[in-house]
Amino acid sequence: MLLTNRSKNLYQEVILDHNKSPRNYRAIEFPTHFAKGHNPLCGDKLDVYLIVDGEDVVQDVSFVGDGCAISKASASIMTTIVKGKSVDEAKELFTGFHEMATGKIEPSEDPKLRRLQVFAGVKDLPARVKCATLAWHTLDAALRNKQEISTE
Amino acid sequence: MNDSITKSKVTPARILEIRRDFPVLERTIQDKPLAYLDNAASTQMPRQVIETVSAYHSFHHSNVHRGVHQLSQEATDLYEGAREKLRCFVGASSLKEIIFTSGTTDAINLIAHSWGGMNVAKDDVILISNMEHHANIVPWYMLAKRTGAQIQVIPILDDGSLDMNRFSELIQQPNVKAVCVNHVSNALGSVNPVEEVCRMSREKGIRTVIDGAQAIGHFPVDVRSIGADFYAFSGHKMHGPTGIGVLYGRQELLEEMGPYKGGGDMILSVSFDNISWNELPYKFEAGTPPISQAVGLGAAVDYLNGLDRQLLSSYEDELLAYTTRRLMEIPGMQLVGTAAKKVSLNSFVIKGVHPHDIGTILDGEGVAVRTGQHCAEPVMDRFCIPATTRASMAFYNTFEEIDQLTDALLKVTELFDVTD
Repeated sequence: MLLTNRSKNLYQEVILDHNKSPRNYRAIEFPTHFAKGHNPLCGDKLDVYLIVDGEDVVQDVSFVGDGCAISKASASIMTTIVKGKSVDEAKELFTGFHEMATGKIEPSEDPKLRRLQVFAGVKDLPARVKCATLAWHTLDAALRNKQEISTE
Repeated sequence: MNDSITKSKVTPARILEIRRDFPVLERTIQDKPLAYLDNAASTQMPRQVIETVSAYHSFHHSNVHRGVHQLSQEATDLYEGAREKLRCFVGASSLKEIIFTSGTTDAINLIAHSWGGMNVAKDDVILISNMEHHANIVPWYMLAKRTGAQIQVIPILDDGSLDMNRFSELIQQPNVKAVCVNHVSNALGSVNPVEEVCRMSREKGIRTVIDGAQAIGHFPVDVRSIGADFYAFSGHKMHGPTGIGVLYGRQELLEEMGPYKGGGDMILSVSFDNISWNELPYKFEAGTPPISQAVGLGAAVDYLNGLDRQLLSSYEDELLAYTTRRLMEIPGMQLVGTAAKKVSLNSFVIKGVHPHDIGTILDGEGVAVRTGQHCAEPVMDRFCIPATTRASMAFYNTFEEIDQLTDALLKVTELFDVTD
């Protein structure tokens, strides 16, 4: 199969895998933090659940929702990375991811973004940036105790 | 001039000849030839339209209906000349029945506000089909909120056609004031039996508002044989510019209606005590109108009149049949909208692949399609799907472009490992 480079960059094996078998795809019954994300442009909806302990460490994080491969894989990979991190580290990752997705920094500039650089390709597709960042915006809203966010 | 007049079928050579009128069709996207299959969102303009608009700006522009100088007269003649072309194009009886608007949305807002404000009261019923574009829903919803009227929905059948049995029951109710139906559905492609809808409504004294945005570019429309009270369409869906559209309304209804927007040109005299409205159609055209856009739309009418539209319409039917057949080769394919009468448009979902991923990958292959809800959320709800991918064709599309679409879709299903 011969796909254009742009599509190959975006739809890498790891994204397709997380889309097909999303990790931490479940609701948490008693979360300490929770938010609903919505991208009205494409109708994507995403719920993010967190359990943060007294030391401000993310003990558990999960998501439930429906969307395109980019938004689903982004949410799935996010949960695997954020688990075990402190709240401050999670917020830093959100900022770094956002800057990478909007083309403000190169992923190579920040070693913490190594596992997230599969999403760097969205910077060339303005209409798809929000697909990649929806999960992170929702996580950020949950950590700020904002229950609902919209990417518009 | 060409072979198509004498032959009963459009030849591939003729389509290639037509394509040469549309500069954008020669573009490449991601180093692939562009296959423009998003005509339901907006059609492309031929150079005849582009050059007419350019010539207007270069040599004739001034404000209309204002000055005594030569340029103002030329601009006025071109603007009013375009109105006459449009009148003739849709078979209206009088120039008073052709109101220039900014588009279909503006036209329907005008009707809902002006006609609706005077004729719809608390507990009256407005019937809206389940397949309307938001443009033929939201203005009526706003009117219902203002007046206390209620909106009722004419359902659609599983194949995407209008439920005419249910429609004939709904219009038996005493307080039905308006029926709002599109001539062609933008999300499903269904061609609705608007002649029948208008006839049945007329027998009950109910007014009809037909959204013709998706019909006007595909086949000849005659408002009088349809029997519509109001018929609205947009320039950019018929190879004209954006920012211009037409509201056709029966003269006696338009005469009764008060103005929609206030400003210059729509009045005869103004003092701080009294204002008298201008005559039709100017009563509804406040402020400086979209002059160059109207002139461009007139050029689009000339262009379409120079083609054999009946033959091209049959060509589009063949193109649709071919597209439907090729799409069915794609694993996991489900067509949304399979009515017997359709324009050349296919909406579809592929099992397990979100339309936005399809759209991005297709774009990488040079194929432009629309993905999402197509401003028709109630249609998505009706078929229990979040969104669709839509390939919408025009007379300049080719069988080869449909092959390009099919090949690109096969890449999608291979990448996402879709099986039937």
